[in-house]
Amino acid sequence: MSPREPRATVPVTIDGQEVDAVEGETILSLARRVGVPIPTLCYLDGLSVHGGCRLCSVEVDGDPRLRLACATPVWQDMDIRTSTWDLQEHRRRIIELLFAEGNHICATCVSSGACELQDLAATNRVDHIHYELSYADEGVDASHPKYVLDRDRCVKCTRCVRVCAEVEGASVWEIAERGGGSRLVAEMDVPWGEASSCTWCGKCVLVCPTGALSFKGRGVGEMRHDAEVVAFLSRARNEGEWVNRTDEEVPS
Amino acid sequence: MHDIHVIDPVSRIEGHAKITLHLDGEGQVEDARFHITEFRGFEEFCRGRLLAEMPGLTARTCGICPVSHLLASAKATEQVMAVRIPPAATRLRRMANLGQIVQSHSLSFFHLSAPDLLLGMESDPARRNVFGLMQAEPDVVRQGIGLRRYGQEVIAAVTGQRIHGTGIVAGGVAEPLTTDARDTLRAGLDEALAAARNTLELSFGLLDRFAEELETFGTFPSMYLAHGRPDGLWEHYDGTLTVIDADGGVIAAGLDPADYREVLGEAASSDSYLKVPYWKAALRDDDPRTAMYRVGPLARINIAERFGTPLADAGLAALRERVGRIASSSFLYHHARVLEVLAGLELIGELLDHPEITDTHVRAHAEPNLRRGVGASEAPRGTLFHDYEVDANGVVTGVNLVIATGQNELAMNRTIRDIAARYVTGPELTDGMLNRIEAGIRSYDPCLSCSTHALGQMPMVVELVDQEGVTIDERRRT
Repeated sequence: MSPREPRATVPVTIDGQEVDAVEGETILSLARRVGVPIPTLCYLDGLSVHGGCRLCSVEVDGDPRLRLACATPVWQDMDIRTSTWDLQEHRRRIIELLFAEGNHICATCVSSGACELQDLAATNRVDHIHYELSYADEGVDASHPKYVLDRDRCVKCTRCVRVCAEVEGASVWEIAERGGGSRLVAEMDVPWGEASSCTWCGKCVLVCPTGALSFKGRGVGEMRHDAEVVAFLSRARNEGEWVNRTDEEVPS
Repeated sequence: MHDIHVIDPVSRIEGHAKITLHLDGEGQVEDARFHITEFRGFEEFCRGRLLAEMPGLTARTCGICPVSHLLASAKATEQVMAVRIPPAATRLRRMANLGQIVQSHSLSFFHLSAPDLLLGMESDPARRNVFGLMQAEPDVVRQGIGLRRYGQEVIAAVTGQRIHGTGIVAGGVAEPLTTDARDTLRAGLDEALAAARNTLELSFGLLDRFAEELETFGTFPSMYLAHGRPDGLWEHYDGTLTVIDADGGVIAAGLDPADYREVLGEAASSDSYLKVPYWKAALRDDDPRTAMYRVGPLARINIAERFGTPLADAGLAALRERVGRIASSSFLYHHARVLEVLAGLELIGELLDHPEITDTHVRAHAEPNLRRGVGASEAPRGTLFHDYEVDANGVVTGVNLVIATGQNELAMNRTIRDIAARYVTGPELTDGMLNRIEAGIRSYDPCLSCSTHALGQMPMVVELVDQEGVTIDERRRT
């Protein structure tokens, strides 16, 4: 691979701040670089872009549609607003719908205290659910010896699907059915413990933003994920940059 | 004419309930029933959940004694895992349970019952509460609040939080005790002990003032059930069960709590959500009342020969000199609680001084190895059982919880009947009658949220119903 050419920059305005964006980078990448917070859920550094959760939607001046920050490249003189009242409301509605669709009882969840959905609710000031709860009752798949899937806590972000296919190369996970009836399935909808393609690597558990995938035997609030492992693997693989992670806090 | 009085809701206890008083043709109380009117169904919705979640899940049954559920549940999961937990974990759990006993008993004695006991049963109801007490007896209330806080600090040091901590887990405890936490608890112990000694003196003085209540508040023969030890010491966390008769004769000792189904029956009732446990071997004519036993502080001090700590043992000896070896009046539940607070603090002191209390090996790990496990421990209100069945993947398929308040239901009915028979003499309910009935129930410190796995604060309703089932009087208090 030849040394990279420095890429051209384009002037962009984000929340009134004039900045130089790198041509071709996404709004999310720019925002993170210049320190503008945009909430995300399905997006994960190191994985392909899914654009499913819509939490990173932003307004672009002159554009009637909301744009997904994770999937929209910047263009010259783009004027981006990331936290208008409408956007905040929009995000709160999405978070409430996620809570209403699943069965998210933080008080008894393994991931309480380390859950991205819980964090999103807190940072976006969601303290009530205005939608009728579905009281999802799919039950748990505890057939795997090491891990557990609780579909009622799944927000269908597909991080597990992507990490399994793109990083581990096993493609155990898939989303079956459509819309509200869609559900995470292992292989051709077999119990996880019977999925012969599963390598037991556990990356899906590490990247899960909620308590849907967890290590077996963890009690309430005892689950700790490590979604950053994917960025580490991806950087190491793409850029040949292996660093020692032992100094970092790695959940067991 | 046959009348029924109903007290609904009953106040200053944990939960919601209703009392009906059935009068005979002469206007005399013939029977009394304590109805639990709420339903939560914990046993149902625990099904399908994972074994390791059970301590945290069932602890949510109750905000007063979540530690008791954490302990019984964790012990049941360890039976399923077939593991023994590290000694340091056992010590920390014992300490948390003692903290729980201290804080719950302090709440019961000072916040819930002291208004009746110190201000008088007949005093103005508008002031007969913890706020009125604070004005009348500020030092007493301050000591009560301090004792409760100390108990909660002990709990927080082990479980992570004062209420609904999650530090008691399948296999032990989640985190070791830090030396800082130990030193902080040690520093606060002397003040708590002094408050507990004052309270014991106060409580002992009340026995004279309430000589009449001592005779009428549930003074009847019954069996008693609690954890017991071969050396006769008071036990609150581990070991086997002992059952004694009304005179202290041992009916059974060394019972494995896992065999509770063989010795205890559970009778469902059409007018209460509380299932009524009874001692199977004593059942006559299919009437659970013939097989009544009491659990909780009174049962524990009757079953134990001594606490094994100097201050509490002196208090226990003084009580026995006064009422005999077996304390049979339910009014003495209050005094038993105060003794247990003192003993609890003394034992916390012993644990804090143990050289290995801060040992960092506090958890054993294992997968589910058996399909069923029973865990039992002494909750502040009495013996608590958690019984789980799991499938091959460790998913819970069956749950049975046997709660202290449920086990005291028959004794509570009997207590209400006795009090009502003494004080209810006509077709109308007076405040004095209601207060005494309420206070009688309160001596058991019933926790209805646990026993029905029900929710909320407890107001009181009493109804008086005639022979045809028509309510002729009703008193309601919120």
